[in-house]
Amino acid sequence: MAKLPPYTTTGERIWHYAFRFICGLIFLFLILPVLIVLPLSFNVEPYFSFTPGMLSLDPEAFSLRWYKDIFRNGMAAPDAPFDMAWLADTWNNAQWMRAIRNSFFIGICATLLSTALGTLAAIGLSRSEMPYRRLVMSILISPMIVPLVITAAGMFFFYSKIQLSQTYLGVIMAHAVLGTPFVIITVTATLVGFDKSLVRAANSLGAGPIQTFFKVQMPLIIPGVISGGLFAFITSFDEVVAVLFLASPEQRTIPRQMWSGIREQISPTILAVATLLVLLSIILLTVIELLRRRSERLRGITSS
Amino acid sequence: MDVSQPITAADGTPLKKKLAQAMFRSKLRATGLVVPLLAFVLASFVFPILALMWQGIHNDTFARLMPNLTEELRVWDGVSDPTEEMYALLVADLRQNRADKTIGKVASRVNQELAGTRSLFTSTARKAKKLEPPFKEALIKTKKKWGDIKVWQAMKLTNQSLTPGFYATSLDARYTVDQGFVMKEEKRQIYTKLFVRTLMISGSVMLLCLLLGYPVAYLLATLPLKYSNLLMIMVLLPFWTSLLVRTTAWIAILQSQGVVNDLLVWIGITGDESRFSLIYNMTGTIIAMTHILLPFMILPLYSVMKTIPPSYMRAARSLGATPTAAFIKVYMPQTVPGIGAGGLLVFILAIGYYITPALVGGQDGQLISNMIAYHMQKSLNWSLAAALGGLLLLGVLVLYWAYDRIIGIDNMKLG
Repeated sequence: MAKLPPYTTTGERIWHYAFRFICGLIFLFLILPVLIVLPLSFNVEPYFSFTPGMLSLDPEAFSLRWYKDIFRNGMAAPDAPFDMAWLADTWNNAQWMRAIRNSFFIGICATLLSTALGTLAAIGLSRSEMPYRRLVMSILISPMIVPLVITAAGMFFFYSKIQLSQTYLGVIMAHAVLGTPFVIITVTATLVGFDKSLVRAANSLGAGPIQTFFKVQMPLIIPGVISGGLFAFITSFDEVVAVLFLASPEQRTIPRQMWSGIREQISPTILAVATLLVLLSIILLTVIELLRRRSERLRGITSS
Repeated sequence: MDVSQPITAADGTPLKKKLAQAMFRSKLRATGLVVPLLAFVLASFVFPILALMWQGIHNDTFARLMPNLTEELRVWDGVSDPTEEMYALLVADLRQNRADKTIGKVASRVNQELAGTRSLFTSTARKAKKLEPPFKEALIKTKKKWGDIKVWQAMKLTNQSLTPGFYATSLDARYTVDQGFVMKEEKRQIYTKLFVRTLMISGSVMLLCLLLGYPVAYLLATLPLKYSNLLMIMVLLPFWTSLLVRTTAWIAILQSQGVVNDLLVWIGITGDESRFSLIYNMTGTIIAMTHILLPFMILPLYSVMKTIPPSYMRAARSLGATPTAAFIKVYMPQTVPGIGAGGLLVFILAIGYYITPALVGGQDGQLISNMIAYHMQKSLNWSLAAALGGLLLLGVLVLYWAYDRIIGIDNMKLG
């Protein structure tokens, strides 16, 4: 920490540390709810609170039972010996396993769709020749702004009419729409620093527009594209309102399963899943940060 | 060189024309890149919402299912006694709906207009086959209510497919045959109160976010980068963590047997019997929403504060300003764009919140979105849901427009 200059008065010194203390409390407010699920998920009791045993760090009070429950809940024969048949059973029958499979399948499909369309659109939008740029941009960003209940209700009626509700395709399309604003925002931000003369240089050296795109433009904006894609993925992975309105039990995702878990039968299995999700978000956050640094290096912006 | 001749390109076409062609081509290229996504968003997002909005002013259930009566009702003045012919047509329609098993839809539709008429329709339809003329007497004999002009007025209103009725209900008014719009009595006003509560909760969440986010953003912007990058993780990790995880965590923290209450009992601030109810009410909604939306306030504030040179504050100090005065007069005005961006964004997102209030809001922490979901899923009054949604959407779009005017969507940043 930087030392305080010698001319600071006592009052200023007190305020300086008091301010840091207040900020510390706010950081605690931000991070504590994310961290609190970790110890609670190892609770041996079926409660959402710390037992006296946990507080005295009694090893008996901790268990992996809720993690096992993720794999076992819904299985045909959860107590069978651990072998290929058991694995097949949990893969096919366990409720949470199905939710996890669905979440990844829907998330990845929606991400591919929204990243492909979003990147193209962002490149078009970043060109100054684009007519009605402002209007188009505000339409494309609006899925992020419009309340999810309205979006989901509208899609419910429309997708029912065209036989898309209660199908994977319907949920994927809904999630792709909700993810595109994030792709556009991140890719546009990357393109702001993009040197357009590179494209002209490539053209003058005889590269066609497609070759220029893949060999010159794409490598430079790829960090932005990937982080936009990750944003789109996490949006789909975390989305529950559209799933509530559009999906059948067959398309239950992780958040949907958590939703009914919280509403109906509150069990620490939710906390175990939550812990896994926190780990996932830490991984994604790390990837994003590495990408951001790479992008800055590529574009010649050194962090000061 | 002859100046009167237009300048031409290499192939002989005038340069102006050539330029216009080139411009047109590049415009076309840019548009071509955007069109796939625009078509996708228009088809699977904008159009469904427009169709939903249409439902809010248009409901032809009654006119469609009561084809005989509909014309008569349209020409009826709404105050004179219904004629025998109208009763006869009513019986004919009831019989048909009974046969088609659609009477439930008709009954629910009229019931939305005048509560307590559902069974009137369903039970009469069951007996309609045996009724004999004169139908007016026969109907009034089966159910006295058929002589009530209010029932007929309700039918006349529901018969009108294009109706302002649902928007009137959303604003706690009633659309009537003879008096136009009438406000409901004070204690039966639920939707306007809910709108006010939604605005109040969103406003409080926005203020709390500003109160908590401002110091943190300031600290992050003024610390050396190696510390601030580390602390930034504390902001970004919650931002990247699932909404449901965070809501679950708040349940674990705030419930009566939760961490906060346990701690308070342990310290001795409160007794074991008088634990605070911090969740499943408005307090729970505000706390959880503040936590969830705080990063949306910190990030824009931080990016604005980052651009303010620290030398301004030093200059103010050297010119004799006290630290407080320098901060208020020099630093704060420069952060106004950040306050505007963060505040508007938080408010826009808060106003349409659904998940968190539904899970931790209890009775008095529900927002307008929850009411829309209720009418969509439970009461199945879809047109009312659409009308409530229309009002909410209007509010959000006005704010969005303001955001674009003041800050510009291009300047929206994530992480």
